[in-house]
Amino acid sequence: MSAADRPVATPKRPVYLNLFAIRQPIPAIVSILHRISGALLFLVGIPLILTGVQSSLASAERFAAFEAAWSSPIAKLVLLALVWSYLHHLLAGLRHLILDVHIGLDLKAARMSAALTLMLALVVTLAIGMRLW
Amino acid sequence: MVSPHVHVPVGAHYGWRDWLVQRVTAIVMLAYTALMIGLALWNGGFDYATWRSIFANGAFRVVSFLFMASLLWHAWVGVRNILMDYVKPAGARLLLECIVVAVLVAYLGWTISVLWGGA
Repeated sequence: MSAADRPVATPKRPVYLNLFAIRQPIPAIVSILHRISGALLFLVGIPLILTGVQSSLASAERFAAFEAAWSSPIAKLVLLALVWSYLHHLLAGLRHLILDVHIGLDLKAARMSAALTLMLALVVTLAIGMRLW
Repeated sequence: MVSPHVHVPVGAHYGWRDWLVQRVTAIVMLAYTALMIGLALWNGGFDYATWRSIFANGAFRVVSFLFMASLLWHAWVGVRNILMDYVKPAGARLLLECIVVAVLVAYLGWTISVLWGGA
């Protein structure tokens, strides 16, 4: 069947859903980062909290060793990634709670709060990073 | 006679409960986070002695347990949502869900042993 034989009512339209080629609006970026940060907190954050609290409470030596473990640059990067994850996840969640009570629902306000969430998490993480180094 | 109860004949009906659980546990964690930041500021950071004395407090242990239980329940709702979105074969999804549940329950046991198992 050639294109000319196609019924007029159903013109050939592109189905184009490559997520990496579509420019995402800021709320969508905040949303996917909410999910990614949550996955990171589950995979790395929870076991690290438990080992951290356990070893830091065990003895003064283990407490000192736990503090010293954060001196290497790789450990600092991991810590910063988790700090950012916690902050972004917390702020994006707070934004959800505010949206739930019908505050900031219109497009402009929703975009602004998404941008604020994104920026605040990054700025505070950067500030903590600068203190760590 | 018209029954006031509206029966919805489809769905597992846990969506609304998950929605509520996610928010209640989030608020518990938010409060605990504020408490920890407050304690850190009040004590000027934590040295070993302060850290130990904070965790020696029975009420603080209970509140910490509440935080961890909220975190683990919150993680379950979130991780299951991720699995439902990306893992389409039912068998693989069920297996992964079972692993996640087992890990989370083990974490809860670990939490109890950290909070009450030691000195």
